[in-house]
Amino acid sequence: MADKPLTVAVLSGKGGTGKTLVSVNLAAAAGDAVYLDCDVEEPNGHLFFKPEAAQEETVTVKTPEFDATLCTGCRKCVEFCAFHALAFTGGRPMLFDEVCHSCGGCALLCPVDAIRETDKAVGTVSFGISDCVNVFTGRLNIGEASGIPVIKRLLSKISNSGNRTVFIDCPPGSACTVMESIQDADFCVLVAEPTVFGAHNLAMVYELVSLFHKPFGAVLNKCQAGENPSETFCREHRIPILGRIPFDSALGALNSEGKIAVRENQHYRKLFSSLLEQIGKEALYEAASDSQR
Amino acid sequence: MKITIPMNEQTLESGVCPSFGRAPYFLLYDTDTNESKWIANSAAESSGGAGIAAAQLLADSGMDALITPRCGENAEKVLSGAKIKVYRSIEGTAKENLDALIEGKLSSLSEFHAGFHGHGG
Repeated sequence: MADKPLTVAVLSGKGGTGKTLVSVNLAAAAGDAVYLDCDVEEPNGHLFFKPEAAQEETVTVKTPEFDATLCTGCRKCVEFCAFHALAFTGGRPMLFDEVCHSCGGCALLCPVDAIRETDKAVGTVSFGISDCVNVFTGRLNIGEASGIPVIKRLLSKISNSGNRTVFIDCPPGSACTVMESIQDADFCVLVAEPTVFGAHNLAMVYELVSLFHKPFGAVLNKCQAGENPSETFCREHRIPILGRIPFDSALGALNSEGKIAVRENQHYRKLFSSLLEQIGKEALYEAASDSQR
Repeated sequence: MKITIPMNEQTLESGVCPSFGRAPYFLLYDTDTNESKWIANSAAESSGGAGIAAAQLLADSGMDALITPRCGENAEKVLSGAKIKVYRSIEGTAKENLDALIEGKLSSLSEFHAGFHGHGG
């Protein structure tokens, strides 16, 4: 059908909902899969996969460097910078590198070539294998303001994944880094908790994936007897419920020991395999109805 | 001495704006001539780096002192580069703050907050 493998993004409106639980177990259930940990401020999928033969690459961004002997103080760079990453006082240009978006405009514009772009390391992407799963982990260096460059590097790995299904473990919330993480996804899985707070956060990511015209479905995590505000939200908004994960101490124990439930427990292997099948069906259905539009 | 204050309104009888970078106006007061004028803060609507751009505006206006309740660390670097002293504002009107500074009753602002980069989750 498509040249590109199925790419599934797993997201939620808040942390601790179960994105990593769901994406790690889906990748393990798929067997021959690619797992991208885009939660670059606190990646934890590797704690479960314990990938072997890890290789690490550095992610850099361009930042301007000024040659004070050439600068004439014309301030064209300061006026150009849309992000206000540059100032000019006391006869010299000043850079605020955490505000800089590495657009390179200042260096292009400088009439006397006083600006040179240099590489600045902002994070790493490491790669290793866990059974048949190719595990990529993004890490943002402490103190850096934006995870976007690290996420871009992770997403560049999708094109080399052959026909393996790709699972993207997104950062929590619905801000820039999440938008970046889901842009290449064919299907989005929204993980939700059975609380009023959980339903509120589900509403945020529901709005986001709707805005991006992404096909999606929900996974209800930590399900117990009684009321589930997230389930009510799904029904009211006709969001397909792809699966339910019970609030189960056995699952909690496996998780807290850094074990992958699918690899340890027959019941959970079945649960996540059927969830995977459900996602495949929904994604296929969406692709088919999309081509008819 | 040229003194500046972030303001919500263009009157000496109103209070100091609680935000520095995103204040709608700056009062520019010259102690030599006793003249007051207001300039619009072109940085107020920026999506980011408002403090840096506002500080640049004040540096370019030749200010010597800033009276503000708070200020970010990036703006502080631009202000100190331009040799603008930063004083902590007191409760009361812009006029009362100007008088207090001239009488030497204002202390310098020593804590500068980190930026609100808005890229988080």
